[in-house]
Amino acid sequence: MTTLSTLPPSGQTLSKPRKPHVQKRDWTGWKFIGPFMIVFALVLIAPVLYSIYLSFFKDQLVGGNSFVGFENYGQALTDPKFWESMGRVTLFFVVQVPIMLGIALFAALAIDSARLHLSSFFRIAIFLPYAVPAVVATLMWGFMYGTKFGLVGNLNDFFNIAIPDPLSSSWVLASIGNIVTWEFIGYNMILFYAALRVIPTDLYEAASLDGANAFRIIRSIKMPALRPAIVIGGIFSVIGSFQLFNEPSILQSLAPNTISTYFSPNMYAYNLSFSGQQYNYSATIAIIVGLITAVIAYIVQNSGSRKEA
Amino acid sequence: MSTTDQTLAPAEKAKAPRMSRYTSEKKAGKSNQGLHTKKSIILTVIMGALLIYSLLPLFWLFVNSTKTQAELLNSFGLWFSGPNALWDNIVATLSYNDGVFVRWFGNTLLYVVVGAGGATFLAALGGYGLAKFNFPGKKAVFAVVLGAVAIPGTALAVPTFLMFSQMGLTNTPWAVILPSLISPFGLYLIWTYALDAVPTEVLEAARMDGSGEFRTFFTISLKLLAPGLVTVLLFTLVATWNNYFLPLIMLSEPTWYPLTVGLNQWNQQAQTVGGDVIYNLVITGSLLTIVPIVVAFLFLQRYWQSGLAAGSVKA
Repeated sequence: MTTLSTLPPSGQTLSKPRKPHVQKRDWTGWKFIGPFMIVFALVLIAPVLYSIYLSFFKDQLVGGNSFVGFENYGQALTDPKFWESMGRVTLFFVVQVPIMLGIALFAALAIDSARLHLSSFFRIAIFLPYAVPAVVATLMWGFMYGTKFGLVGNLNDFFNIAIPDPLSSSWVLASIGNIVTWEFIGYNMILFYAALRVIPTDLYEAASLDGANAFRIIRSIKMPALRPAIVIGGIFSVIGSFQLFNEPSILQSLAPNTISTYFSPNMYAYNLSFSGQQYNYSATIAIIVGLITAVIAYIVQNSGSRKEA
Repeated sequence: MSTTDQTLAPAEKAKAPRMSRYTSEKKAGKSNQGLHTKKSIILTVIMGALLIYSLLPLFWLFVNSTKTQAELLNSFGLWFSGPNALWDNIVATLSYNDGVFVRWFGNTLLYVVVGAGGATFLAALGGYGLAKFNFPGKKAVFAVVLGAVAIPGTALAVPTFLMFSQMGLTNTPWAVILPSLISPFGLYLIWTYALDAVPTEVLEAARMDGSGEFRTFFTISLKLLAPGLVTVLLFTLVATWNNYFLPLIMLSEPTWYPLTVGLNQWNQQAQTVGGDVIYNLVITGSLLTIVPIVVAFLFLQRYWQSGLAAGSVKA
């Protein structure tokens, strides 16, 4: 998402002298972009404006719907449940994202290295989980996590060991991290692999003539070429982490006591609306999460590009 | 990470960067660094572990969809046990509750065909318009689309629901389809693709011959845009097939559920005390849910890769 704005070409291409077919004001283009913009206004712009509007009001028993200024924001910023959920997704982001991107990077380099047997089979098979809906992924892993009749239970019985319950409160975040990692290693791997594929072959030839070994080539040629892809993967992962919803929400029925209604900010906003009918407060939470996500995505993007310079 | 969240679309769709205009050429013939490297067994073994990790849950799902409810609870998860009940499970899944699963399957198809198809069409029209025409407000369009794309789906879900409910759209297919129609990533992809793929000279020639803009678009430009369209279609297809959060919010009647929401409802039902224990149906239903998308994915994955390619390069 944010990524789109990270990509420079929009500016570049626009500024490129490209002859428009008619120089005077011509509205023909609107016939093409118009339908998109109408739906866009309905499903994106209107809800954004509406949620900003909602966040400044409060529906009270006495007095009905009234303007309260920044009161909802004040409430959210001092809400321990909100901060607990933010803390949880931050931890998730800090631990899970580097692990996932690290594995994906390794896999991409391995597949690109030509040292792997059956590399195209690996590529497709590792990418496959991306096509699996989050619901199915979570159900599969959730069943496997079961200590009674799940795979974890089987392993415990079979080896007579005691793997800690993946759905217990101390492990559940890691278990969710595992599901998300499983879903997205392949996606990120393909992202990185695609970036490796467009490195001109002559660079490698020149490097090996100069006596560079494989690791040197990785460090000096491949990593710099990968940086933009890593930044993109990082930004998507930031957005994904802060929007965490599907996996904990579905696991909740398997682990009702360990996953609270405010496990992630997104779950909190959802439950405030749909169980608590607190629409105004829910919209406020959503806006704050959105702003924080945008800021962090922006930081990731900038730190990535700065290194490049 | 729950980019997974097929929330309110954009996250997903934007997931992939832009399409390569030249990947295809570059790709041809370049198998690797062009050096003669020895295959490494150690590397193959390490990657083998990753492969097992990736495929293990899918294998588990298949194995367990062949078991009866009783065997499911009493046998080792990673191997077959008892009589092969796959067929019985499939029949039971399809007929449970007056065949509601079939209904969900149909709903999913509807959302995918209209949602993903419509999203691709709107993106094609719009992206082409942006690439090939100059018009008043073009810069504003870019600014608004790119800006709005940075807003996480979370911020939109609840207000969209409230708005739709005031418009009487909730609990209708439109509530799921309308938000799926917007793919800012798709728009972006087609725009970058059309800049090069559709030569302005061709359009000039068509104009000289008196062809209207839309006729030119449908008879000439769409063909030239085909590879870009396929990539956009694939991304929107997976996104709509896997969509969960949006229909969960918008729909309260099981008759309009897509497969994802329906499956989770079965799962919750199985967890409830006194609820019908239908784990075998949840598992077999999961298998039936992923088969079509996995098949489509395997057939079309090569397009994805070329679609994904240059984004990372250009970024």
